[in-house]
Amino acid sequence: MPTPPLPVLHGARAKKSGLGTTVTEITSSDEPIRCDACPVLCRIRLGTTGACDRYGNVGGKLVRTDPLVLLERAVEDGRGAVRFLDQERDWDGRIVHGPDTFGTGIGATPTYPDYKPAPFIVSSQVEGVDFVTVVTEGIFSYCGVKVKIDTDRFIGPETAPVRANGEQVGHVTTHEYGSQMLSLGGVHHLTGGSKAEGNATCDALLALCNKQAVELSIDGGSTVVVQSNRAPVIDGVTESRMRVGCGSAVTGIFAKQWLDLADEVVVVDEHITGVFTEHQAGRLLDVRPSGLKIRGRKSTPGRYFKVAEPGMGWGGTNLRDPLEIIKGFDAKLAWPGLRLFMVSTTGEHYAWYVLDEKLVPQRADPPAAIENLVERIAENCEPALSTVLFMGGAGGSLRAGVTENPVRLTQSVKGRLTRVTCGGAPAYVWPGGGITVMVDVAGLPDNATGYVPTPALVFPIEFTMRLNDYAAMGGHMEHVVSLDQVKARHDVVLAGSRT
Amino acid sequence: MTATARLLAGNRLHLQHGPIDLIIGAEGTAPEVACAYRAAALVFPGILPTLVAELEDLRAPTSEIKEAFDGPVARRMAAAVWPYRSRFITPMAAVAGSVADEVLGVLCATANLRRAYVNNGGDIAIHLTHGATFAVGVVGDLAVPAINARLTIRPEDGIGGMATSGWRGRSQSLGIADAVTVLATTAAAADAAATMIANAVDIDDPAIERRPAREVKCDSDLGVLPVTVAVGPLAPGQLARALDAGVARAREILSQQLIVAAYIQLQSGCRTVDARALGLQAA
Repeated sequence: MPTPPLPVLHGARAKKSGLGTTVTEITSSDEPIRCDACPVLCRIRLGTTGACDRYGNVGGKLVRTDPLVLLERAVEDGRGAVRFLDQERDWDGRIVHGPDTFGTGIGATPTYPDYKPAPFIVSSQVEGVDFVTVVTEGIFSYCGVKVKIDTDRFIGPETAPVRANGEQVGHVTTHEYGSQMLSLGGVHHLTGGSKAEGNATCDALLALCNKQAVELSIDGGSTVVVQSNRAPVIDGVTESRMRVGCGSAVTGIFAKQWLDLADEVVVVDEHITGVFTEHQAGRLLDVRPSGLKIRGRKSTPGRYFKVAEPGMGWGGTNLRDPLEIIKGFDAKLAWPGLRLFMVSTTGEHYAWYVLDEKLVPQRADPPAAIENLVERIAENCEPALSTVLFMGGAGGSLRAGVTENPVRLTQSVKGRLTRVTCGGAPAYVWPGGGITVMVDVAGLPDNATGYVPTPALVFPIEFTMRLNDYAAMGGHMEHVVSLDQVKARHDVVLAGSRT
Repeated sequence: MTATARLLAGNRLHLQHGPIDLIIGAEGTAPEVACAYRAAALVFPGILPTLVAELEDLRAPTSEIKEAFDGPVARRMAAAVWPYRSRFITPMAAVAGSVADEVLGVLCATANLRRAYVNNGGDIAIHLTHGATFAVGVVGDLAVPAINARLTIRPEDGIGGMATSGWRGRSQSLGIADAVTVLATTAAAADAAATMIANAVDIDDPAIERRPAREVKCDSDLGVLPVTVAVGPLAPGQLARALDAGVARAREILSQQLIVAAYIQLQSGCRTVDARALGLQAA
């Protein structure tokens, strides 16, 4: 599981500006502030917090008292961001001690027009070594997102246009194992087309990067609702689990495990339904044919297409009663007392039957071992998610905010002397020229992304390096400040510092 | 800010909305747990708005309740504090436990679970079936976190909830207890009783600093009543007297069969009430 995202600084920056301030409401100091973060609408007096302890009145401003700009981190074990108000913390007190605090670019305001030193060039000591983190929000004209949608459903042909609010914002790209992929945004849609196309693209990217849900329609395919780290909704149906495999694959994978438990197993699947004793897996295990006759179109022995229509029932079919797909049993092969196990590819549905004297399946309670097996199948299904990776080029002018000699920053990143993160989340730096990064938006605090009307996204980015390396690359040494100074000057509150 | 739901490591569910922060753990077959979590996440966003609709009346003293509340959580709150109405208490004393009970109810009504808990900031509703147990540790002082007491809860103990109250916590207290942990049949009952017992752990002493509740939290249901904001070191005699007062209140509540056991901690002292049967003991 990825590091859980840290909470948002609610309303503390104008939602879409990316250039916003950290003030939401200023009142005369003895009047309590009305917090509108949740329906409780607490009034909060100066220096106190609301019922949740998450929002406080600091100097007449409503401030999210969670970590926003500074993420506390456990450097020793590299666990990354530490959640605020995790229950264990409430119960055990502080788990993480020490000064391991990390500045992020969120709320830092960008360096545009690029020759100014980045807003925060922060120095802190980690294990006695001086580190510099250059913190900024980059304006990314060249950016987009790659969306991975965990589903085996057909959502549209490869290269088909993907639209948001009717405008093309990207296209369907390659079908990966168990997932469909979309490539959205990029300079072509952001600034290369009509104004409406650029705005629709920017809106969609902004929402996706801020972990909000976006509805996308695919030409010649489906309408999908995607949201970072949430189950995709395809044509109104929420995907819950990634199946282990198709019905035939499940038949093969678990064949040995149900060999002694059942005489026949049918794995119901919208794509390919597996019939164990007839399937290659059953043949190899030398099982006795059951004589089960199933609906659908036979592909190869024990593998059947279209046993039912697609739907919300068993294994992605419209089945409520799985016996509907069983035409009967061949009296020459079947026998009374035959144990029939029917299960879907995710284990969400299953049933146990025993054939009576007339070879009619009668429902019965499954043995405990079968229940365990169902649990095993379910355990092998991962939750279906949409995942959103931001991709953008930071190789351009924003480097000037970091150093007077921009190419040295690129070289330092390539040489692994400088670490690149986005909102504290680790970024993958693509090899080759420039600083092209990919980062899972799920690792960023909520609402970390903003936009400018260019249109372009404003996305946090931090460069961390040793102080002497920073000096060597022509860094803005005169602007380096200590972490304590940053904390003193700005409205930042440390993770978990609830005094 | 809307309600959020997310899965945490260890297949726990985290639900958060305003001041409600739930960590939920359920055990059963994977499909059953998934079903229970889905149901809880579905019901959850409605809980806070429903509560807020009756918030003003829920912040009034219990003795002034004129008619039944509409919301299911509000009803649980009122029922939990009703036995104490001769003293000052508002239904808000049981809000955390009542939310925990309500959500646990949804989990257990939806799915067949071997074991489940809903932890609402330390007020915990629990569900146990035959053969399952919960191991519980009590941390008396958050400033010096250590397990000060531990016990094992079995289904036959008849415990469906536990709650902790004290002046250091998120809510306010009229007393000076660092922690009063109560075990009861529901989390709401435990919550209300813990509040009453923590209020009773009290003495007059110059080491204790109090301020009107509304100066500390504007919307406090305790109005102008003085709440504890600091407690300096107490002399051994004073410590014992405060603990005795808490034990007396706990025994009284126990005799009305409103709780199963209580653990009281104040600085270096701690007491248990009828907890030996459960094996609750200072660690």
